Amino acid sequence: MPGFGPCGSRQAGGTSAQEAGYTGERILAAGWSFGDATGMEQASLGVERRELSFDRAADGTLRIRLGGSWRIQQGLESTALLEREIRGKPKPTRIAYDTGDLSEWDSSVLTFLVKVRDLCEREGIASDLAGLPAGVRRLLDLSRAAPQGEQARVVSGTRSPLARVGDAAIAAADSVVEQLGFLGEVALASASLLRGRARFRRQDLLLVLQQTGAEAVPIIGLIGFLVGLILAFVGAVQLRQFGAAIFVADLVGIGMVREMGAMMAAIVMAGRTGAAFAAQLGTMKVTQEIDALITMGISPVEFLVLPRMIALFLMMPFLCLYADFVGIMGGAAVGVGMLDISLNTYIEETASAVDPSDLFGGIFKSAVYGLLIAICGCASGMRCRGSAAAVGEATTRAVVSGIVAVIAACGVFAVIFFILGI
Amino acid sequence: MCAAPASALTSTAHITVRNLTMAYGSFILMRDLSFVVNRGEIFIVMGGSGCGKSTLLRYLIGLKEPGPGEGEIFYGSERFSGATAEEKAKIRRRFGVLYQSGALWSSLTLAENIGLVLEEYTDLTAAEIREVASLKLSLVGLKGFEDFYPSEISGGMQKRAALARAIALDPEVLFFDEPSAGLDPISSRRLDDLILELRESLRATIVVVTHELASIFALGDNSIFLDPDKKTITASGPPKELRDHCADPKVRSFLTRAADGVAP
Repeated sequence: MPGFGPCGSRQAGGTSAQEAGYTGERILAAGWSFGDATGMEQASLGVERRELSFDRAADGTLRIRLGGSWRIQQGLESTALLEREIRGKPKPTRIAYDTGDLSEWDSSVLTFLVKVRDLCEREGIASDLAGLPAGVRRLLDLSRAAPQGEQARVVSGTRSPLARVGDAAIAAADSVVEQLGFLGEVALASASLLRGRARFRRQDLLLVLQQTGAEAVPIIGLIGFLVGLILAFVGAVQLRQFGAAIFVADLVGIGMVREMGAMMAAIVMAGRTGAAFAAQLGTMKVTQEIDALITMGISPVEFLVLPRMIALFLMMPFLCLYADFVGIMGGAAVGVGMLDISLNTYIEETASAVDPSDLFGGIFKSAVYGLLIAICGCASGMRCRGSAAAVGEATTRAVVSGIVAVIAACGVFAVIFFILGI
Repeated sequence: MCAAPASALTSTAHITVRNLTMAYGSFILMRDLSFVVNRGEIFIVMGGSGCGKSTLLRYLIGLKEPGPGEGEIFYGSERFSGATAEEKAKIRRRFGVLYQSGALWSSLTLAENIGLVLEEYTDLTAAEIREVASLKLSLVGLKGFEDFYPSEISGGMQKRAALARAIALDPEVLFFDEPSAGLDPISSRRLDDLILELRESLRATIVVVTHELASIFALGDNSIFLDPDKKTITASGPPKELRDHCADPKVRSFLTRAADGVAP
């Protein structure tokens, strides 16, 4: 601990020592900082150890002798010995210190003295600090100073598990209310959009359209192609056993168009765009930009959330269509390359298997997924609380809730389509 | 509580706060806050770090709402707390707020930042909006920076640009949250001068949340002191009078930068 305590300062504490009845004793105080030449020398020699002893004077004073080298590396001293000393014999009325042989000290002395001070206060024993080095006395005074006038916003400290469960439940209930409130605002904003009264900037919408549309094409293409390929592989292995390899085209076509095209596009967009929405809005919340919108009388839901919802709602069907197409191409690659089906036959087989209602069903679903992803992303962004860590949490929450919402919706659609016979 | 007589007491009340309690959930930050901000004065909300000054501002501009029985806020004779969203929006239209971080919309240029507000509330054409935006920027010494994005200019310039946005609609009330936070002494002095200048020219009522002594004395016509220990206002009046005559040693030592309770 460099610079700790007044290095090499000497202080005579003779006056108080005389009062206590130890006349003629020289009390020398010296604080050493680590790295000090003398300190190093002593440490390397390994001679100096800490010393602690007590002796009593006739007037009821217990004198604590601190000597040698008190270094935190040797561990902390407990007050057990002192307590035994106090309790064992007639109780001392006063505690004094003799640090004449103390060659160096650091926080280990302070922690010990703080414990002694607390003990004295508990036992009602006066203590006389005059025998301590001046630096130690100053630090002891500082440690006693109460914190002033600052308060934390939340009362911290350990709470019982029951209370924490309760806190979590209350927080969960609050969050449900908050989410419902957000959905309500989104519904109101959508209504004013339909009436042509929603207010947002056209450039913002165009920018988000570009980000969620054109810029997403490569990744959607890659994922769509691979999913088609995988479907075809899995199907090929099974169907080849029955000599029905041509039905790979049916499997891939129907699988991609009805479910996988929309689903894979949605999952990619939840990770890509939902997260981006949450991070953008979360950062705007942290930098008070959303507060600024509110105080200027501009609804952040209309201004920020609506363009993002519209963009994903409009772009998802196109991305889904594209994923369907490249997925079928992925299947064709397996069909042509591995199963020796000609490209023409594969495409004809696909065309005969896939019904337009399958295609429109998939596209309709993708538009709904788009809305869900945008709402999840924006909702977690708007719920973000003022810090960088909160933005990270908001992003995570956006992706997780987006994917969960998409898959849950997929399940609901499966049931509805089954009942309607589509 | 010491209340030095305010010289402007005769003028009409612009903002009235009655028995406001500020709380985060069950944690009460301040209670029984009652004060009046008079029309055309610069009113300082002061207190140590973390005592709830900025939270009070959030209540005043309606970002936080007092719950039932937690007090009322009035603008002129109109009730602001508990008003419907539409009434609130109407009152807010007369506000300008300068946030601690500036809070310029980072995806818009400075001219667009100012223009957005004008687009919302006026029928000006795009060219006219640009003209007004340029004028407001020139008022804060940022002529020629219309097409810069907030990230491309310095912190002091961002603050001034945010001020230009706050005065875009010639507001009746201007709120400043720690205007000199993060600014060097010269920039913060310039901002203070600008605030005084605007008060003269706009005749606006100005509420400043700050703990900067220089700003407090340079700007304040009137002030309140929030004490986090007593959780309420412990002094109100012109800052200079509070410094010289307030009976509360805490307020005096705050205003003289003395260590606890000791006047130099």
